[in-house]
Amino acid sequence: MSYITVKDLEVGYDKSVIAQKLNFEITSGEYLCIVGENGSGKSTLMKTLLGLLKPIGGQIIFGDDLQANEIGYLPQQTIVQKDFPASVKEIVLSGCQARCGLRPFYNKEEKALAKTNMERMGILDMADRCYRELSGGQQQRVLLARALCATRKVLLLDEPVAGLDPAVTADMYDLIESLNKEGITIIMISHDIAAAARYADHILHIGDDVFYGTKKDYEESDMGRYFLSGKKGGGSDD
Amino acid sequence: MIETLMIYLDHTFVRYAIIVGVLIALSSSLLGVTLVLKRFSFIGDGLSHVAFGAMAIASVLNLTNKMTLILPITIICAVLLLRTGQNTRIKGDAAIAMISVGALAFGYLLMNLFSTSSNLTGDVCSTLFGSMSILTLTRWEVWLCMILSVIVVAVFVIFYNKIFAVTFDENFAKAVGTKADVYNLLIAVVIAVIIVLAMNLVGSLLISALVIFPALSAMRMFKNFLSVTIFSAILSVICAFSGIIISMLTGTPVGSTIVAVDVFAFLICSLIGLIKGVGK
Ligand SMILES: Nc1ncnc2c1ncn2[C@@H]1O[C@H](COP(=O)(O)OP(=O)(O)OP(=O)(O)O)[C@@H](O)[C@H]1O
Ligand SMILES: [Mg+2]
Repeated sequence: MSYITVKDLEVGYDKSVIAQKLNFEITSGEYLCIVGENGSGKSTLMKTLLGLLKPIGGQIIFGDDLQANEIGYLPQQTIVQKDFPASVKEIVLSGCQARCGLRPFYNKEEKALAKTNMERMGILDMADRCYRELSGGQQQRVLLARALCATRKVLLLDEPVAGLDPAVTADMYDLIESLNKEGITIIMISHDIAAAARYADHILHIGDDVFYGTKKDYEESDMGRYFLSGKKGGGSDD
Repeated sequence: MIETLMIYLDHTFVRYAIIVGVLIALSSSLLGVTLVLKRFSFIGDGLSHVAFGAMAIASVLNLTNKMTLILPITIICAVLLLRTGQNTRIKGDAAIAMISVGALAFGYLLMNLFSTSSNLTGDVCSTLFGSMSILTLTRWEVWLCMILSVIVVAVFVIFYNKIFAVTFDENFAKAVGTKADVYNLLIAVVIAVIIVLAMNLVGSLLISALVIFPALSAMRMFKNFLSVTIFSAILSVICAFSGIIISMLTGTPVGSTIVAVDVFAFLICSLIGLIKGVGK
């Protein structure tokens, strides 16, 4: 059985359907990339998978011992109020909140986990710095470290490289790939179809037509060829 | 000066007043940061007016323990406001404005129509600005204030990490299974309790100042949540204590003196923050 099975899912806000006929499954260790135009409902799908929105139709089935709250999540944008006083350490640690349930304070293990993940993301030396004084790339790493504290199994990343410069973007992709190699299942939303084609095993394309399949099938489909060649400056040739 | 103070401190009710004042200041500063950062600051302001309305009803009914009426009314309104705020987004703010202004007008009207007191303006003024009400609390109210303050502090400490998580990023908190709605409700109820408490100290118009100024001051100086929380608690206690003492010595109204000290502290903290910022 797979981690998440999605059947005939319709997602949207307040009964107005934004994306429909979604059928796909996510198995352990896989790297799924979700692509589609602006406003096609990618973030909406992600929020539905996380249980922040109710599905309008269809179903999402969690299997393989995956609890709905065992998914780490990197939001598309975190609108942190301008003056929010929060240190990197505090934010990363807050990723452990699901682990401690009703226990009021974080225990040693959770603090160690936060430290490990900060190390993994290369932000340990910023642990005491103020989050909103970091650069965009550094902030993404902080939120990724937080997401890693929340899961050992599945990471949902909503445009993790938006707004990052090419070098940092490449770093970010490498980081995500290495996490995937460590066995964490990755579900990533991206506009960067070239990158999607490079790293993902499976691709879900949402829009007027929905495509779901392996990367190879996508490259051979009409839809895939069209998007891979035209839109994003072509990146399929490597 | 010292002698005057000593004479005052000889009275038990004065000592009680100081203890209660400090406890109230402590508990009201704790949620300041959350209140500033979430749109709950609207709710806080609205609720203080509701508390005024409730106070008017309580005085018209001639209740001895006014808080027994004010507390439940304010808590219920807090819950209701949170609900409407969630369901209808923008309309939530309008609802808050309506309820708060309505409560204010209604409260004054009630007092005007039914008050048996000969000094109506004085009554209204003291409800709004707190004047000497902390010295006139009944023994029972003093105890209630103490117990509630202790509960507020305890709840805050126990749920500190959750409150941080929900304040910082509600969606993430929900996604990893934290019951954000429950904690929002908890925050709203605690705010209601704090407002009722603070009303005794500074009166209903100045509550927001008592709640928000220490947090704003601390945010000028520190950049992580824990330091900000601790510093604003300490600052609030110091300001309340010195405010009460000053008001005794100079005969100024307690509430506005405390708030004036808070404002003064805010200016100093801003200055320090500015210098620190420039020095970096
Ligand atoms: N909170 C909301 N309430 C109602 N409609 C919304 C809300 N958020 C987004 N929408 C609408 O849902 C549609 C899909 O939005 P969504 O954020 O899922 O797009 P997306 O595929 O993630 O786009 P992008 O690539 O720009 O991130 C849009 O038309 C948007 O206007
Ligand atoms: Mg999006």
